[in-house]
Amino acid sequence: MSDHRPIPPVRWLDDRRNVKKVIRTLFAVCALVALLDLLPYKHHLHFDFEYWPGFYSIFGFVACVFLVLAATQLRKVLMRDEDYYD
Amino acid sequence: MIDLLPPGAILILGGLLAALLPSRLKPWAGVVLPVLGFVHLLALDKGFVQTLVIFGHQLTPVRVDGLSLVFGYVFFIAAILGGIYGLHVRDGIQVVAAQTYVGSAIGAIFAGDLITLFIYWELTAVTSVFLIWAGGSERAARAGMRYLIIQVGSGVVLLAGVILHVVDTRSLDFVKLIGDDGRLATASVGVVLVFLAFGIKCAFPLLHNWLQDAYPESTVTGTVYLSIFTTKLAVYALARGFPGTGVLIVIGAIMTAFPIFFAVIENDLRRVLTYSLNNQLGFMVVGVGIGTQMALNGAAAYAFANIIFEGLLFMAMGAVLLRTGTCLGSELGGLYKSMPWTAGLCIVGAASISAIPFLSGFVTKSLILDETAAAHHVVIWLMLLFASAGVFHHSGIKIPYFAFFAHDSGKRVKEAPAHMLVAMAIMAVMCVGIGVFPQVFYQVLPYPMEYEPYTTTHVITQYQLLLFSALAFTFLQLTGLYPPELRSTNLDFDWTYRRLLPAAVRVTARVGRRVADVLSVAAGAVMNRSYALVHLLHGPEGVFARTWTTGAIAFWAVVVLGVSMLMYFFGG
Repeated sequence: MSDHRPIPPVRWLDDRRNVKKVIRTLFAVCALVALLDLLPYKHHLHFDFEYWPGFYSIFGFVACVFLVLAATQLRKVLMRDEDYYD
Repeated sequence: MIDLLPPGAILILGGLLAALLPSRLKPWAGVVLPVLGFVHLLALDKGFVQTLVIFGHQLTPVRVDGLSLVFGYVFFIAAILGGIYGLHVRDGIQVVAAQTYVGSAIGAIFAGDLITLFIYWELTAVTSVFLIWAGGSERAARAGMRYLIIQVGSGVVLLAGVILHVVDTRSLDFVKLIGDDGRLATASVGVVLVFLAFGIKCAFPLLHNWLQDAYPESTVTGTVYLSIFTTKLAVYALARGFPGTGVLIVIGAIMTAFPIFFAVIENDLRRVLTYSLNNQLGFMVVGVGIGTQMALNGAAAYAFANIIFEGLLFMAMGAVLLRTGTCLGSELGGLYKSMPWTAGLCIVGAASISAIPFLSGFVTKSLILDETAAAHHVVIWLMLLFASAGVFHHSGIKIPYFAFFAHDSGKRVKEAPAHMLVAMAIMAVMCVGIGVFPQVFYQVLPYPMEYEPYTTTHVITQYQLLLFSALAFTFLQLTGLYPPELRSTNLDFDWTYRRLLPAAVRVTARVGRRVADVLSVAAGAVMNRSYALVHLLHGPEGVFARTWTTGAIAFWAVVVLGVSMLMYFFGG
């Protein structure tokens, strides 16, 4: 007996071109919010470096890249077989 | 009459009685009892205190004030939603365990003295372990035992601390225990022990591993309950006993930062959430450590918001586990096609925990970050900012991405059951509600304050931080630098007591046995020699066993006499 269920419809995200669209949109939005730093909108911040243009954008990006790359290195030390403790 | 009953008692007593219900009705106890309990709590006035004198000591079984109320409210709300989520459960043990556990945690929140606190503290441990054991696997049994030992251990440390504290101060009241200087170094031993007991339950660094070890081994509903109560009870206890304790700022900052590295490489998505939970507790602990009214409000507010959005995430992953039979990131993916509602609700929770503006995480976490900055803790603030970006990364993106998107695993399952969707939807609505109407929510907090989370600066900088974190994730995925989800175990601190310590004990035992062997051989040789000598002297042929002739005796008597005479003669 083979599977009688109908073939599920292809979803919008199944198309690679649409995934590319999503990624391009993200790039555009990132560029937009980063460029806002050219305007003098920052007020009442606590530290001087918070006023640097691009501080939050760069911090967010660098923090996450560092987090993932460091964690990948950590895997070399910490990773064991799935049933290591069994 | 209703005043005589402590909050939580309805759940504990009702939970025990629920065991008698037919199995189809049992799960309804999980909804009805918390609703009754909540109504009971609402009937109690703020400022209500119940006291009792036993053996000359004054106990305060119930104290209703601002701090206990905010935790009490959210505990009851979470209990009701947990009950709705668990309506499919037919296992009576889980129902009884969950209700007695929640009841004990609520009892502890309203405990006004340290003895009452201790009793509820231990009750939460012994009731909740049944939720872990309900997981049913060999792993769950072992993890549950480790969990129980550590949790009961926390209670024992608490009791020791309480006894020393009472001897010191003659007071059982559970009030601020730390001195005004906020330093543990100048506190009494009793107070330090109480702090340690709270720290174990709060999963301080190196005391944390019971959390990641045990919670993911529980059942679909069990993990949801567990994730909510124990750790937030500990946050409450710290906020009550140790506000402004400086060391908490450092401890909390480390808690926010180090579990997220593990979250990135962990494959079991419910275990990822336990690391995330650990990181979230760190923010609350920092708030307690700063200790201003605003920061304490921040800690309480964040606990409240976290219970809802983290509960929502655990629920979503539980639904995935229920439908697919696994929570491993390496086995999942593409589930948005068959579980679209669960996926959507999960994304709301993920966005909230990431503190995206207009959701609950944003309006609560910023209280803590702002107070940290206002107190000029630059390094701590940078750590919190790093952890905030990290949260978005592992909880905000990783959880929904690997479960519902990523590469299609080909799994085609049914959508989560309706009652689960209802519970998750209510949580999602609360996430949005708190985020959109923060001023209404702030009214529930223990201290009055003026705070406006929605300034242009704040909203834009937050979007910058988060969008560029998302950009980093995309960049790492596209370049293939992102570590794939792998079926694996990652060593954490529990390795020290699951492997190192037993190994050390084994080595010690082996060395001990070797030493004992050598010693017993040596001792045997000595014994044999001595026996041979005794045999030689006293045996059948021995010198002392011989029958001597009279002449020989007379001869030796003369010799002895002669020698003594000579000695007398020369010695004199």
